[in-house]
Amino acid sequence: MGHSATSGGFFMNADRREALKAGGAWTLLTLVAAAGWLRPGDATAAEAWNKAAFETHSMDETMKALGGGTPAQSTDIVFFSTPDIAENGAVVPIGVTSKVPKTESIAILIEKNPNMLAAMFDIPPGTEPSLSTRIKMGQTSNVYALVKADGKYYVTSKEIKVTLGGCGG
Amino acid sequence: MADPMKIRANLTGDSTEVKVLMSHEMETGQRKDGQGKPIPAWFIQNVKVMHNDKVVLTAQWGPAVAKNPFLSFKFKGGAKGDKVRITWTDNHNDTRTDETTIG
Repeated sequence: MGHSATSGGFFMNADRREALKAGGAWTLLTLVAAAGWLRPGDATAAEAWNKAAFETHSMDETMKALGGGTPAQSTDIVFFSTPDIAENGAVVPIGVTSKVPKTESIAILIEKNPNMLAAMFDIPPGTEPSLSTRIKMGQTSNVYALVKADGKYYVTSKEIKVTLGGCGG
Repeated sequence: MADPMKIRANLTGDSTEVKVLMSHEMETGQRKDGQGKPIPAWFIQNVKVMHNDKVVLTAQWGPAVAKNPFLSFKFKGGAKGDKVRITWTDNHNDTRTDETTIG
């Protein structure tokens, strides 16, 4: 039994509870780093990393860390090459295309991961608002594709069932 | 020093498709080793993709990006022979840059 270094659970619930207990700290960080969302083409800001946004546990917290309001549901954001059922939670392919005009950024969020935000991409003009990557998922969860376009936020979601999660061992 | 990235950049019509496979543990910080000690987080935080001197994509990643990260996207304006250069930086401030030629 027990988790070995190579097969162990990287999303264990005990850790999540500890993280939640540590609470309060990220409220301040959230405010401090609220301006961290990068602007396309701003090369000098390219090395910035929005720590607060990567430590959130809900859509509301994430939006606060990104300095945005509640995102509008959009059917102009679509997942492609993204499974309904992932056999291996350690490698889940996720592709997102945004047809929202003036898309500036695309972010991928996993609701039930220890921290919700997995990745965000800035899309300068000339780059297609469509990309794919691979994400880790600890368990079956809703996955959100969050798009910033013309200063506003839009979102769509889908559930991915994970049959062998990070704790599968 | 981390292993080199594998980068492909192929021109189809007027758009260049970039596919990259990076070599990185992407350790989440959530796992414990055999003795029950937490394994510290170690993951790529920033990625920047340049076409010649122009930024065509930047990314911020958390530890939930899978081990040996894969990324694919397309941009317009590339020509055969142009350079595509990709840089990543991790939370240990280790960094690696690799480039390829659009084919």
